Amino acid sequence: MGINRRDFVKTTAVAAAATAIGISLPKKMMAGTPEKSEGGWRWDKAVCRFCGTGCGIMVATKNEKIVAVKGDPAAPVNRGLNCIKGYFNAKIMYGADRLKQPLMRLGADGKFSKDGKFKPVSWKVAYDEMEKQMRKSLDELGPTGIGVFGSGQYTVQEGYAMAKLMKAGFRSNNLDPNARHCMASAVGAFIQTFGIDEPAGCYDDIELTDTVVTWGANMAEMHPVLWSRVTDRKLSDPDKVKIINLSTYTNRCSDLADVEIIFKPHTDLAIWNYIAREIVYNNPESMDQEFIDKYMQFTTGFVDTGYGMRTPDHPGFTDLEKQTVKKEVSKKISKDEAVTLGYLGYKEGDTLEMKHRAKANGHWAISFEEFKKGLEPYTLNYVTGLAKGDPDEDLSSFKVKLKLLGSLYMEKNRKVVSFWTMGMNQHTRGVWVNEQAYMVHFLLGKQAKPGNGAFSLTGQPSACGTAREVGTFSHRLPADMLVSIQKHRDVSEKLWKIPKGTINPKFGSHIMKIFRDLEDEKIKFAWVNVCNPFMCTANANHWLKTAHKMDNFIVVSDSYSGVSAKVADLVLPVAMIYEKWGAYGNAERRTQHWKQQVVPVGHAMPDLWQYIEISKRFKLKDVWGAQKIPGLKGGLPDVLDEAKKMGYSPEDTLFDVLFANEDAKSYSWPDPIGEGFTNTEVEGDGREIMGTNGEEWKGYGFFIHKYLWEEYRSFGEGRQHDYADFDTYHKVRGLKWPVVDGKETQWRFNSKYDPYARKADVGEFAFYGKALKKIAKGNLKGIDKSAGKVDLTNKAKIFFRPYMDPPEMPNKEYPLWLCTGRVLEHWHSGTMTMRVPELYRAVPEALCYMHPDDAMKYNVAQGDLIWIDSRRGKVKVHVETRGRNRMPKGSVYVPWFDEKVLINKVCLDATDPQSKQTDFKKCAVKINKA
Amino acid sequence: MADTQNMNSRRDALKTMFRGAGLLGLGGAAWGTTAIKLKASELTLRPPGALEEKRFVKACIRCGTCVEACPYDTLQLATLDDHTAIGTPFFKPRLIPCYMCPDVPCVPVCPSGALDVDVIAKQIDGIKSEEPDINKAKMGIAMLDQEACLAFWGIQCDACYKACPLLGEAITLEFKRNERTGKHAFLKSVVHCNICTGCGLCEHACVTEKAAIFVLPRTIATGKVGEHYIKGWDKADEERLKNLKEEKAVKSSPEDELNDWEYLLDDD
Amino acid sequence: MMTNIIKRNRYLILRRTTQLGLLILFGGANWWGWKFLMGNYSSAYVLETFYLADPHAVLQTFATGFVMSADAIIGAVIVLVFYALIAGRSFCSWVCPINMITDLATWMRKKWKITKKESFFTFSRKTRYWVLGLGILLSPFVGVAAFEVINPITMLHRGIIFGFGMGWAVIVALFLFDLLLVEYGWCGHLCPLGVFYSATSRFSLIKVKHDVEKCTMCMKCFDVCHEEQVLHIVGEQSGFIKDECSNCGHCIEVCDDNALKFSINNYKI
Repeated sequence: MGINRRDFVKTTAVAAAATAIGISLPKKMMAGTPEKSEGGWRWDKAVCRFCGTGCGIMVATKNEKIVAVKGDPAAPVNRGLNCIKGYFNAKIMYGADRLKQPLMRLGADGKFSKDGKFKPVSWKVAYDEMEKQMRKSLDELGPTGIGVFGSGQYTVQEGYAMAKLMKAGFRSNNLDPNARHCMASAVGAFIQTFGIDEPAGCYDDIELTDTVVTWGANMAEMHPVLWSRVTDRKLSDPDKVKIINLSTYTNRCSDLADVEIIFKPHTDLAIWNYIAREIVYNNPESMDQEFIDKYMQFTTGFVDTGYGMRTPDHPGFTDLEKQTVKKEVSKKISKDEAVTLGYLGYKEGDTLEMKHRAKANGHWAISFEEFKKGLEPYTLNYVTGLAKGDPDEDLSSFKVKLKLLGSLYMEKNRKVVSFWTMGMNQHTRGVWVNEQAYMVHFLLGKQAKPGNGAFSLTGQPSACGTAREVGTFSHRLPADMLVSIQKHRDVSEKLWKIPKGTINPKFGSHIMKIFRDLEDEKIKFAWVNVCNPFMCTANANHWLKTAHKMDNFIVVSDSYSGVSAKVADLVLPVAMIYEKWGAYGNAERRTQHWKQQVVPVGHAMPDLWQYIEISKRFKLKDVWGAQKIPGLKGGLPDVLDEAKKMGYSPEDTLFDVLFANEDAKSYSWPDPIGEGFTNTEVEGDGREIMGTNGEEWKGYGFFIHKYLWEEYRSFGEGRQHDYADFDTYHKVRGLKWPVVDGKETQWRFNSKYDPYARKADVGEFAFYGKALKKIAKGNLKGIDKSAGKVDLTNKAKIFFRPYMDPPEMPNKEYPLWLCTGRVLEHWHSGTMTMRVPELYRAVPEALCYMHPDDAMKYNVAQGDLIWIDSRRGKVKVHVETRGRNRMPKGSVYVPWFDEKVLINKVCLDATDPQSKQTDFKKCAVKINKA
Repeated sequence: MADTQNMNSRRDALKTMFRGAGLLGLGGAAWGTTAIKLKASELTLRPPGALEEKRFVKACIRCGTCVEACPYDTLQLATLDDHTAIGTPFFKPRLIPCYMCPDVPCVPVCPSGALDVDVIAKQIDGIKSEEPDINKAKMGIAMLDQEACLAFWGIQCDACYKACPLLGEAITLEFKRNERTGKHAFLKSVVHCNICTGCGLCEHACVTEKAAIFVLPRTIATGKVGEHYIKGWDKADEERLKNLKEEKAVKSSPEDELNDWEYLLDDD
Repeated sequence: MMTNIIKRNRYLILRRTTQLGLLILFGGANWWGWKFLMGNYSSAYVLETFYLADPHAVLQTFATGFVMSADAIIGAVIVLVFYALIAGRSFCSWVCPINMITDLATWMRKKWKITKKESFFTFSRKTRYWVLGLGILLSPFVGVAAFEVINPITMLHRGIIFGFGMGWAVIVALFLFDLLLVEYGWCGHLCPLGVFYSATSRFSLIKVKHDVEKCTMCMKCFDVCHEEQVLHIVGEQSGFIKDECSNCGHCIEVCDDNALKFSINNYKI
């Protein structure tokens, strides 16, 4: 045992030593001399590379290298501050093992071979092989045979270009971002509740509210700069301002919190309903009746929707896996569910057949009385018994806390903000629990008002800006439009200037399904963009094996060799954030642009360039003919004739049509905005990179970034997603959309602040989102088809959603809950931050946090190496019974940043059946000493 | 030099004897000063359970068994270049801190008593047991350089706080409003000397180039208040003086003082 | 031929085997976590059951006024008793790692014909007794086991097992001292540990026995002995070799007359 610990320390020390810093200087210096300070430093504004907070930073460059960063004192989010990840922005690009050249698996004959070793190849060879493999998949399987793992870390232009390439070019909707793992449940609830995505409020709510309730959001570590704002608000009026931290374990938010509520995993569903019940049954006077009557509709939906898993008949499952997976088709009603699903007539031991797996989104209007009836079981006693998460806490103490929580929400004139992140989103009933947050805020009329609101925080720097707003999801188009809606396709096809009928109306594969399709050989070409999905996806053993063994070709565009790159067939080196032009959109709808600060290292090229370059390899005749789509009757039509009418030739490449059209070329370069700055895509950068055609890369010649932004902007204009023009963003510190008449919007749906709400002219508020506004009527039990439909224009919905057990819970064999998450010091899978020596030293490895009594119970000690073992896989990890996360008995926590502790091998790939977002927070495990 | 084979004359013998004695004295003096210099180790961090430094240096037999017992390679034996008594165990937290194993494997293996379980004995019902309690270790104290600490700039770090095995006890956070931004707060780490074990996990975790929080031996890092004053607002402070030894008798008498007056007339 | 070489060097081979074997066992504890012998020659933890300790170090520590704990004291007694009653001063030639360094220096000195006469620096073999006494005397004054802070034996041993730091320079200096300045300079003149053991092991069981009947006075033993003063009985009377003899067996190896051999002290002759 001692040897293992010792060996571990030694290997990690070697890794740290290897992470020295080095970069070769490019030949060409910058043209022109923009503002330079002493020592030849040039300062320019940019955005922090990391989380969804969206801190503004200033970047100093000298001799084509980032030499320093500082928090941007003018940035409203952070006013010059950063967290320690932000503090190291200057260092993330210069890890010693930065990928600098395309690498491909080559056999002895020098040609691609699936089991060959990675060898450097030219961009041309890389793209030749990529084209060949893409064609192979397209020929064999049609447009659905290719898939792209997108990202919430795409710049807006990258995401937009990839969405356009896939949806307008290849006619494939198999593009889905890692944001699916992160925000999809929030999106689902936004769309169902408001009819439009993204939060109503903004960060200013923090300064204006009296109460901050964190629900499964460890803001102290995951949104540190926002947390410092919450802290400041608390300090400004310590008696009045209350902070409540709801979590399944003690995290660092509890340091500041007045009350910490430790609940059992998944029972947040019951706690929200308890609050609603308190409001409706015991304190009806606290309801904002006028608000409810005028703007709200009570609704509910199906419960027999499964858990987003595959059915147990899939040949890839082991018998152990099937123990859990079988619940996808039916499950026994538990004692707790017998209470909460009693309104549907279920009793304990009954079988719940999952009949509405495919219609999980289905919901319908119900009356207030029905809504009230649904809440009936969630009494203080019942919820306390169900939800108390710390076995050492006594019932009465938990009751006091729940009561206090309820009364803070209900208190007249008390402003309340509820924040949540992954705790509520990574949840097999994530959409439900998001909707429940709105339920409580709506009942009290505490939403879309300054200082009042349920506020979904995002994890990634552009989960909002790119993944959601651009719509790099498998079902979406820009500006909240959906591929399945004819009208939305029409709008998009018109703006994209492509023939009607080009866009595939069938939802593509979401990220979990892209993996499953790879395993089932329904997708044979996959491209990983700006993310590390083979590390960040649950049940990883399946996907790692798939990458190695099945017939497929995996391309990974990355800056460092993460897990995904290691299992890839072709690795393309990318330019990192400040080596390219871009824009991110943060959690408060703030869009922020930056300029390319330095020339990329080695032969690395911007992601955008990589996407556009592949479009040169395909002609319209290759992709716009008739296409077979599994599950789509008649397939996709041949649109080549239509294309000819529009002036295109079948011999035109996708590049000509999608990216280098007349419109695009009208954005000329040089542009005053770009004066003094490099633009690798537009004019090359003097490195004399040999491009994908084997000739020196000299640029597209037009301002592609500006063109893509302006075209993208046209999608949202007048559709509640208005943005400012490209140049404006280079002058300001970001703007919160909708930007109407040059003004940003702080609180949406509120007529005082939101021009769209004013325009609707239905009163103080207008929930003007367009989606899902005509729904059926019914009662708690189901739809009453005879009752017709209800029109909810300018209204929002208050959902009743019951408590249900998660699909996998601890039992005798697997007695512990496993929760996964992040740490402040590392970003996501650690590909960047683990290469910053200081951050690596601060937190060199992922630990398994557990209660000291549990450690004793399972005969392991602080510092021991243990196996964490689930029905799907196991990993080795060291025990930590102290430190930042204090677990209640029965729960363990392992962060996922460390590829040596690939905890996703253990996690269950169950998802919310509506949002398809994986629940990384709950599965059952056992531990034993390694 | 001298031809030792030629020892015939008495004189030569005497000469040799004197020379021998001289050499012995010289050698002894040189040796003694070297030894004192080589054991000077005020800035050295010792393993948990170490005796007070002076006694520790005497007691340590320099066998390195504690080093071998350490599962994390934290401890090393001092070589000539380590500015501490050669062969004695010590650690540098910035390289590898003490991970505070609950079973404290380095202490019970010590044959000489230089590392003594008694120093960190677990208190059970107020009585010292034979069990070690690593939280009782007093290897040093974490000191914080506020100028270099990012948290004191307002940057959200608290890496040291989160790394602390006694988080919330040995290091706590102090919240303070950031008047400059008007909407953020400082989350500053505060070390509590009476609890801090000096394990150095904070120093190791610190993300600044040279650690802004670092461990110093307790003898260096602690002050001491006079024994003539008690915090009037703190009942517990009386305990501090309760166990005080009787003050030693005053050396000089008032008569002696009075008789010493002649210097008053000195003109110099 | 081969067997002859082995026979001629049989004790040398055995000595190197024990010296290196112990080093490997000690090293294994630090490098690979073996549990046979943890620690070093100052103190060793044997099979995780009992300790051995250097009695000389324990004595110095005692002189500083610190009484070590029972583990170390018992360990020191075991070692002391072992050498005093059984093995004699064999620590020096069978265990001590410095012996290999000084043997090398002696060998090279002979090879390069650096003779006594060429040395310009000589002093008495009795010096080491003064060093021994001075070390004990100084300890209370400097507040630390005085010899241990400069002890090149443990420095070398620690260096091999735990890393040298600048300690290698001391070892090189010692080697050069033996090579260029004084024949048998360290072990024969300065090291207090050797005489500590020889002084305490006067009556040990294992000693070299001389049979004057067989002796041809070839003087080969005098040529190889590192402590030639102990051979004063050779050619004169039968008996056991006493005093600073370290039981290296070199004299036995070179004796063609079978006049020297290891034997059990019978306390009569």
